[in-house]
Amino acid sequence: MSKSKIHWYKYAAPVNFYPLAGKMIPFFTGLTIILFAIGLYMSFFVAPVDFQQGHSYRIIFIHVPAAWMGMFLYVLMAIYAGIGWAFNARLASMMATAIAPTGAIFTFISLVTGSLWGKPAWGVFWVWDARMTSTLILMFLYIGFISLQSSIDDTRRADRAGAVLALVGVINVPIIYFSVQWWNTLHQGATLTARSFKMAPSMLSAMFVLMGACWMYSIAIVLARVRLIIKEREREAPWLVETHPFEGEIGIRKSVSEGAQ
Amino acid sequence: MHWNSLSEFINMGGYGRYVWGSYIVTFVLLTAEIIALRARKRRLERTGPVRSSLETRDQEL
Repeated sequence: MSKSKIHWYKYAAPVNFYPLAGKMIPFFTGLTIILFAIGLYMSFFVAPVDFQQGHSYRIIFIHVPAAWMGMFLYVLMAIYAGIGWAFNARLASMMATAIAPTGAIFTFISLVTGSLWGKPAWGVFWVWDARMTSTLILMFLYIGFISLQSSIDDTRRADRAGAVLALVGVINVPIIYFSVQWWNTLHQGATLTARSFKMAPSMLSAMFVLMGACWMYSIAIVLARVRLIIKEREREAPWLVETHPFEGEIGIRKSVSEGAQ
Repeated sequence: MHWNSLSEFINMGGYGRYVWGSYIVTFVLLTAEIIALRARKRRLERTGPVRSSLETRDQEL
């Protein structure tokens, strides 16, 4: 094996990741509070009024970060679930399970704030347009993942079943992203494209700061939830938490200090 | 600064209920997530054994 001084695999063992996650939570919580404070100040006091939409456009500062988080977290959840399934890495599967509720909440926020913006902008709260329908499907995928996992008592089987659903559902993310190009839609096009920004710099930076705030919030809450999941599973079967991934069959108990050397 | 008074700030150029509605929904949902997680933690602590090996891990790091 490698002679690297840092044993990265060590933290792939839930029992070792548990205290590390605990140490990281206050850091990300602090960043969440600071970034939300700066971002909210910028969105209400720095960003100028929109010449077409007036102040109603200020919903964008929460709507776009929430919509992005919903998609990012889904991809991240699918990646973790896939790693957990392919390599029998328990911590990765637990991460997937921990991400799902936060992703579902952000997707729901993007739907609600979107319809609250749709009313003044388009005159309707909801239309069955490509982007909105595919985002609704994203939320159903999250709900499906959560309920599928909670309906299976054997945790490793629940992890595998969830991974299949998450990986199949990942096809929906590019559909959401490109929906505004592929179909004629009421929804406006991408706010950010590779070549141009369609917003004033202060609007854009307010959105980015709140985007960062949502990321920090997600990291903090997912770490807190994964700690709980580790604890819940440890209670059911301590040896599952103690063993390292990549070590073969479940039940082979290898001491943690040995694995770290 | 775009606001001359508090009522102007709350009114948001006539879009107050949509703008504030969005921010309040977001705040409520994220707060609810934190509260639900805390409740789940308390539930686990109440039902589980007194001592977990994970607790000592926390103190070691």
